[in-house]
Amino acid sequence: MEYFLQQLINGLALGSIYGLVAIGYTMVYGIIGMINFAHGDIFMVGAFIALLAFLILVAIGVTAIPLALFLVLLIAMLLTSLYGWAVERIAYRPLRGSFRLAPLISAIGMSIVLQNYVQLAQGARVKTLPPLVTGVHTILDLGNRLVVQISNIQLLIIVTTFALMTGFSWLVASTSLGRDMRACEQDLKMAALLGVDTNKTISLTFLIGAALASVAGIMYLLYYGVIDFHIGFVAGVKAFTAAVLGGIGSLPGAMLGGLLIGLIETYWSAYFSVQYKDVAAFSILIVVLIFMPTGILGRPEVEKV
Amino acid sequence: MSASSAAKPSVVTHALKDALIAGIVAFGLFVLLLGFLADDTLGKLRPLPRPVLLAAAVGIVFVGRFLVSLLYYNAAALRLLLGELFVSILALAKRFRFALLAAMVALAIAWVLYSPGDWPLATMIVVAILFAVWLGLTPALLALAVLFPIAFYSNPYYLGIAIIILTYVMLGWGLNIVVGLAGLLDLGYVAFYAVGAYSYAIIAQAYGWSFWVCLPLAGLFAAFFGVLLGFPVLRLRGDYLAIVTLAFGEIVRIVLLNWVSLTNGPNGIGSIPRASFFGVPFTADDDGFAARFGFEFDPTHRTVFLFYLILALALITNWVTIRLRKLPVGRAWEALREDEIAVRSLGINPTNTKLTAFAIGAMFGGFAGAFFATRQGFISPDSFTFPESALILAIVVLGGMGSQIGVAIAAIVMTASFELFREFEQFRLVIFGFAMVGIMIWRPRGLISSREPSVYLKERKTISAEHVAEGHG
Repeated sequence: MEYFLQQLINGLALGSIYGLVAIGYTMVYGIIGMINFAHGDIFMVGAFIALLAFLILVAIGVTAIPLALFLVLLIAMLLTSLYGWAVERIAYRPLRGSFRLAPLISAIGMSIVLQNYVQLAQGARVKTLPPLVTGVHTILDLGNRLVVQISNIQLLIIVTTFALMTGFSWLVASTSLGRDMRACEQDLKMAALLGVDTNKTISLTFLIGAALASVAGIMYLLYYGVIDFHIGFVAGVKAFTAAVLGGIGSLPGAMLGGLLIGLIETYWSAYFSVQYKDVAAFSILIVVLIFMPTGILGRPEVEKV
Repeated sequence: MSASSAAKPSVVTHALKDALIAGIVAFGLFVLLLGFLADDTLGKLRPLPRPVLLAAAVGIVFVGRFLVSLLYYNAAALRLLLGELFVSILALAKRFRFALLAAMVALAIAWVLYSPGDWPLATMIVVAILFAVWLGLTPALLALAVLFPIAFYSNPYYLGIAIIILTYVMLGWGLNIVVGLAGLLDLGYVAFYAVGAYSYAIIAQAYGWSFWVCLPLAGLFAAFFGVLLGFPVLRLRGDYLAIVTLAFGEIVRIVLLNWVSLTNGPNGIGSIPRASFFGVPFTADDDGFAARFGFEFDPTHRTVFLFYLILALALITNWVTIRLRKLPVGRAWEALREDEIAVRSLGINPTNTKLTAFAIGAMFGGFAGAFFATRQGFISPDSFTFPESALILAIVVLGGMGSQIGVAIAAIVMTASFELFREFEQFRLVIFGFAMVGIMIWRPRGLISSREPSVYLKERKTISAEHVAEGHG
């Protein structure tokens, strides 16, 4: 029982990270109908930028952890969103109106570029950061050393994700930018005719998606303490799985899907085998797409002649 | 004259402004990742500033953007210049066409007769181009491929590269059935390659059967896996299918990595039986190939044999594809690629049709895998990662989806350039990624963008790529 609850907390923390990445996939898919294959690598770039920003802050004497983390968050969101914008500008915008698979292939190219660029710039070896946020709280004590604990970092991840999700939902629901985004999602051409600057809206969508992914990257860095240039690939596919599971195009769906994938992966590792945890996540993707292609909260897509 | 000089400053200012913005963006992009290195040589991470590298990167972007924007605003003048250059070269070539022809024939004869193995690659390229001018692209490439081992007999390095190239040509042609003809984007093609390689290795080791028995079995296994994956997922649309095939490729790799009792896990399978010349092994023994046919023993015999083997396998792939395109099933593939709903209304079962494409493509991947296993003698899951799938896909896309000769040329260009720039490791991969983006932007239909029609009335006309809709899924 306490093992089950402990895994529930671990799963929620991991799922929050996937959820934040999944938002980027689902938003882009909703608006321009393409799978932004490079989004997982944006997440990885975000983690690296956060690592470097933190090291520099420590080097110049900012040692108070909360302040440093706050600054790292700001810097990483800012610079990573620049990457999101640049990727869209270079690889996707010229392809609007091209044949259907062109953006996907271009995105694969961008993903290869980002991975090898980071490997070139920072080396292939893993970077290990000692734990910054330490301390645990005991939630449940059953005696006999059976305890359910939540660490400060898990708490931080869950709270930050929750706060970001609230803010983001508000942005989509109640600002003029959110209105433009929803208009573009429904009908890009019509939105353009009605005076929405679609290019700007799409750019901003990529920017916001990348900023959320960078937060996920920071969380990953703090949670695991180990990053390399390759973390984006698997995390990206899992986050995409999450987006599909929740119903692609749906924002609450992406968060829900992320949490589910995190939980499934954690429980699979806890009760079955760690080696095959990725197989579990990928199999879910296949099963969901076959039996429930619209996901949990998605809308069915209408096929037109 | 005065008008242009008056317009010039504004063009330059505009370009400068453009370049400045690009430079600022580049600074933002590079300031941390290039400007600092998270150095851990002392056991503890610390930032190591690299101002020169940062300045160089930003400078390159600035200058590059400045030039591009300068030329972009003067596009008309540039085009005129290049156009005239091209026309004059063409005229020159026309005037001296007999001299060109004579030179070509002389070179080709010399190449075939003397076949000095250490001729530089440049000669071969010249001969190839001359062959292509005279014979046309396809026969020229074929002739070159057949003559290659004779010309480079004494250079096993070139032979080795040629074998790798042909393996990719075959993989490209195999994937072309799925992506180019049926329009299904498959990001996990390497899984079938892996299944072929592992089933060959395991069967050949466990039962000691010959290569010629195991090869069809490997293909069969791969085709079986193709059906296994394809049956449930082929109802999905384009990019969903792509992600599912990607997931499948990863699943196969993870299983190969963890099923230690069967695949020996990350350590891979070694000492895989070598292919024999229809039962005659390439050894120095008395019953080996050299002794049996009265040659002196030379390890290159095996390499040459492998070369012709993969050439034959690739040509079979090509031939089968061309024949299949004329059969009802091949026409159904292409029709499906163009318009799935129309095909369905005509009473063709789209799932079964896609399944045949998937299975046949997988089968050729399996053949190539078996060949890979017997050539290397050692396989491990490291050879079957996602970048490999991306490379094969890039070959198909770059070549022009559906065009057989385009795929072959793309495979040659890609693999050869990968080999040439081997020292630059990650750098070439960055270029490779950008090339994929660039091709999509400037030549989305690939290098060879026109298509030979499969069915035609009276005469065969080349179809412009504008009328073909690849990859709607």
